[in-house]
Amino acid sequence: MTFALVFEQLLNGVQLGVMLFLLAAGLTLVLGIMNMVNLAHGSLYMVGAYFAISVSQWSGSYLLGVAAALAGTLVAGMLVEVVALRTLYQRNHLDQVLATFGLILFFNELMAILFGRSALFASLPSYLQGHIELFAGIRYPVYRAVVIGVGLSVAILLWYVVTRTRLGMLIRAGASNRTMVAALGVNIRLLYTVVFGFGAALAGLAGLMAGQIYTVQPGMGELILIQVFVVIVIGGIGSIRGALVGALIVGVVDTMGRAFLKPVLGSFLPTVAADTAAPALASMLIYILMALVLALRPAGLFQARG
Amino acid sequence: MRKALLWGVLVLALVALPPVAQALGQGFYVDLVRRIMIFAIAAVSLNLILGYGGMVSFGHAAYLGVGGYAVAIFAFYGVNSGPLQWAVAIGASALVALAIGAVSIRTSGLYFIMITLAFTQMLYYLGISIEEYGGDDGIRLKARSEFPLVDLNDGLQFYYVVLALLLGSVYLVHRIVNSRFGMALRASKSNEARALAIGFSPYRYRLTAFVIAGAMGGLAGALLVNQVNFLTPEYMHWTRSGEIMFMVILGGMGTSAGPVLGSFALLLLEDILANWRDPRWIGEHWQVILGPLLVLAVIFFRRGLAGIFQKSHD
Repeated sequence: MTFALVFEQLLNGVQLGVMLFLLAAGLTLVLGIMNMVNLAHGSLYMVGAYFAISVSQWSGSYLLGVAAALAGTLVAGMLVEVVALRTLYQRNHLDQVLATFGLILFFNELMAILFGRSALFASLPSYLQGHIELFAGIRYPVYRAVVIGVGLSVAILLWYVVTRTRLGMLIRAGASNRTMVAALGVNIRLLYTVVFGFGAALAGLAGLMAGQIYTVQPGMGELILIQVFVVIVIGGIGSIRGALVGALIVGVVDTMGRAFLKPVLGSFLPTVAADTAAPALASMLIYILMALVLALRPAGLFQARG
Repeated sequence: MRKALLWGVLVLALVALPPVAQALGQGFYVDLVRRIMIFAIAAVSLNLILGYGGMVSFGHAAYLGVGGYAVAIFAFYGVNSGPLQWAVAIGASALVALAIGAVSIRTSGLYFIMITLAFTQMLYYLGISIEEYGGDDGIRLKARSEFPLVDLNDGLQFYYVVLALLLGSVYLVHRIVNSRFGMALRASKSNEARALAIGFSPYRYRLTAFVIAGAMGGLAGALLVNQVNFLTPEYMHWTRSGEIMFMVILGGMGTSAGPVLGSFALLLLEDILANWRDPRWIGEHWQVILGPLLVLAVIFFRRGLAGIFQKSHD
């Protein structure tokens, strides 16, 4: 276990954390503002990944694929909101869970019809291949570094939009008192649609970046979505800051657990025991972490106001 | 009266089904209905906490898995005693429910939904990572559970065992809900603050109900692994939890017949769509039809099937 290896895995953890954050940010905004639980958020992530792969393969341009994925998920998100989800804001969480569960079945199967069930792999343009040398002896893939950079930039941008702009002010106002904001003459329905669309685009951004790291296939959205739920439970519903902290914690803990639990356990347990226990424990680690956080703070680390 | 009539028709139909199906040469339906009834047991148990207790558990598939693993692991080591296997299946599910419930019932609303989902996913990954018992690929059940008087290898006997257990589960939940305990459980659903003010803590009642439901779910798991002779972590897949929830909702939650009707409605619909041959793509991609149907059901069909048979209270 060299320092370089630990450092590389730490960065991989941050990279996973950043992806989780992009999903958690959109989900937590929708949860916090519209009090709406949207299981189909993972489907938008999947749609983003498919958009990026198919458009960049068709056009031969990676950047065109990126643009198509962002625009496509933005439009898809707003469409889903207007057609199906809008009627569910006034319903209880149970109805929302069930209806969006139905949407997931639809989207997963739709992707299977359009692109088949087998996994797709996206290729990278030459300028994103290769490694960069961070400092003496420590090299890191360019692409993963870019993912981290993009994710952290989005985090800063989101913070700026929510706390420093008029749109952000409306979003916060809508979260604390919907009726009052509507009475003041703001078109709250439009605001909701816009917020939903941007949340979808963030999920699409995560999806288009995921294509080169993970496999793209129907159902990919739900695997990550459940981890995103863990992030939100740890961070606190409705809190963007909580989403960022929670995502980084979950990303790092999960990655480090998978990479180092076996050697660590092996240092004091018999090899056979460590080999069986480590993968099981590593895959359960973030859920155990969630249970611990809940035992200490039932409403998450950063409870949003209201 | 209408309720008694509904139950009479339902039970009669289920008792009469196997001889009728076999006389018509459609023995396949015995197998299908047996599978549906096993899921109905899981739905009945979820209804106890979801319909009467107001706890939106998105992780009920966990107990199917725990029950299934208990039976399959015993069978793996050549221990086929049914009473032992099933007792452990029920006991282990109750323990898992106690652990999950103890943490998640401290929270409510959205947190509760997400946490029950997350814990079930944890068990799912645990199942995948245990190579000893098949990991991802699952494990074949070498022999069905062995009981002194009945033989589960006989499709008919197994059918009536499942039917009896289903009716027993419905009766048990009915008794629980109408007992003092059930009153307290329902009271804490409809008004938690008032329940606290009267002087009882909803937590203990909820947790007890959660454990009972988990144990019944474990029984369903033990039955399911005997039904399909195969165990995979897919038993605990989150879509399973969603399906069981849908059974309760489609049938009408908080009613005794609802979960049973809902299981039949959902699984028969799935079966019809999956076997659709004209045009062929529907059979292959039936979920693309089922998904929007479910969305429509949630939006427009709020009272569930049992609501049709009940007088409107509105």
